[in-house]
Amino acid sequence: MEERKEERPATETEPALTSRGTTPEPPVRAGDQIHTSPELAIGEGDVRSAEEGEEVVAGVSLWRDAWRRLLRNKLAVFGMVVVALVALASIIGPPIIRWTTGYTYDYIPREQELIRALPPFTAPDGSFSWAHPMGTDNAGRDILARVLIGGRISLMVGIISTLVSLVIGVAYGATAGYLGGRVDNIMMRIVDVLYALPYMLIVIVLLAVFGQRSPMGQLILLFIALGAVSWLTMARIVRGQVISLKNQEFVLAARATGVSTPKIIFRHLVPNVLGPVVVYATLTIPSVMLQEAFLSFLGLGVQAPLSSWGSLVADGVQNLAIFPWQMIFPGVTMALTLFSLNFLGDGLRDALDPQMRKV
Amino acid sequence: MLRFIIRRLIITVPMVLVVISLTWGLIRLAPGNFYSGEKALPPAIEKNIREKYGLDRPWYQQYWRMLSNVLRGDFGISLRYQGQSVNQILAQTLPVSATLGLLAYLLALVVGITTGTLAALKQNSRLDYISMALAMLGISMPNFVLGPILVLVFSLTLYWLPPARWGGVPSWNLVLPVLTLSAVYMAYIARLTRAGMLEVLRSDYIRTARAKGLSERQVIIRHAMRGGLLPVVSFTGPALAFLVSGTVVVERIFALPGLGNYFINASLNRDEPLIIGVVAFTSIMIMLLNLAVDVAYGLIDPRIRY
Repeated sequence: MEERKEERPATETEPALTSRGTTPEPPVRAGDQIHTSPELAIGEGDVRSAEEGEEVVAGVSLWRDAWRRLLRNKLAVFGMVVVALVALASIIGPPIIRWTTGYTYDYIPREQELIRALPPFTAPDGSFSWAHPMGTDNAGRDILARVLIGGRISLMVGIISTLVSLVIGVAYGATAGYLGGRVDNIMMRIVDVLYALPYMLIVIVLLAVFGQRSPMGQLILLFIALGAVSWLTMARIVRGQVISLKNQEFVLAARATGVSTPKIIFRHLVPNVLGPVVVYATLTIPSVMLQEAFLSFLGLGVQAPLSSWGSLVADGVQNLAIFPWQMIFPGVTMALTLFSLNFLGDGLRDALDPQMRKV
Repeated sequence: MLRFIIRRLIITVPMVLVVISLTWGLIRLAPGNFYSGEKALPPAIEKNIREKYGLDRPWYQQYWRMLSNVLRGDFGISLRYQGQSVNQILAQTLPVSATLGLLAYLLALVVGITTGTLAALKQNSRLDYISMALAMLGISMPNFVLGPILVLVFSLTLYWLPPARWGGVPSWNLVLPVLTLSAVYMAYIARLTRAGMLEVLRSDYIRTARAKGLSERQVIIRHAMRGGLLPVVSFTGPALAFLVSGTVVVERIFALPGLGNYFINASLNRDEPLIIGVVAFTSIMIMLLNLAVDVAYGLIDPRIRY
């Protein structure tokens, strides 16, 4: 805790010399608020960052440098470890459960006395047993297996929908920012309009009227719906970055040598805005996962027999008074994962782009 | 300022129409119909139903009829809740949802701003770390997990508070739903306040205020908060959109007769008039409140001009 006190100012002032050492920042980026006066920012941290800056010049890339800073942030490391464990468990967990106990996420035992909710670590006769560490649900299905499959689905939805939003947002934002003028104006007005829509209501209608046919179809619909609504902020961020970069020499040089506009945007500008994009994408994953869980909780997302953390919590709430573990295990697993992803995202932001640290 | 407000109000109309048309298009493009169930209807009955609801006419006539009714403020009769007009349902359910949302947001503002300011004033103290960790927990804990946990603890274990149902205002029934709904906003507002205050407290004008001998209390409340709370004001816009989906969940968990609960049922039953009524109403509310937020923003921050 004590260390952080000294580190904070250091991370704040470092990037001027490290990540952007060769290409100096334009004084003000579009949309930036200037609050801190420079003379107040000069302190202990600057002296140190100057010292560190020298070794950085000796060839540490932006990513290596960010990685080092990330590892110094204990909460971010904690987040990274938990996310890795959850991901690992949901990948290799289900086969292991199947191999040891014979249960899969949708296996309903044939014996009549097993088709009932068992508390965690309990055998049907009430004695201790390792068979179901999270208990079973009303149909006798193993909750651990269902939570792990739910983890697979949640992580998959999070990653795929984020990728969808990444592709749309980066392409849209970079195009608007680079072309500028009237095109930019129209494109960003559209984003403003979309921002004001109660899109969750529209997504609910979309899933309710088109869905409910096949579990896979519903899943694909979910990817599209969630990806399509989360690209707006990404587009704004990328546009702002591109505007600040587009008048620099390397773009001018590219234009002078006759590189086409799409090539300038995607080969020259986009790679230069990857830092903030990665940060924002990391923070998009938990928010998309939360939305997926919300829709599944309402019965509009992932359909049975597949499970998702949201639908498991919804099932568990039905039996909250009698079998509370059916709600608690999926719920706590989900909260812990989102918690860790948020910390990881925050840490990445501090490490990659300290200037973006607002919230 | 006035021109800005008028311009925004004028833009609102086409935007609401776009939302309505989009929703209508989605419902109509989806295969099936509101009356199609497990088994096929006899052709004669189907024909009667189609005639009664005007489904036998070309789509542009149906679209126009829907639109002109909406423009007159008449959303029609609900298909599922027979005999009730959408306007009646809105009038019954809106007070429930609005009470929940308003109370939750007020609670979040009070708790969030207090915690955030204290955390900023004592940066890197234990209070700062604990409250920010709690805030992160609040952001990560989905409300449909928090709600049941609160019910489990305060209703089913301690028997302090009722676990569900609507009891009017004021009643003990409100405590758990409002807490559940406000947790996320509390967390966000606390984080935003802390970040905003930290930035402002380092600025020149605060140094000036201190230098001219104002009491610390005045410096913080009169000077720092005005600038430091700007992010909180701008957060109100996105928060409203969240609040809509938040109330849906809370009304589900606590079995409250609010707008959200009706909306989910309407969507699942393809109750077209009710869906369009709720969507149109919510869009208008969100856009007007967003406008109010922007106006407030301009009033608080003299650097912003419209």
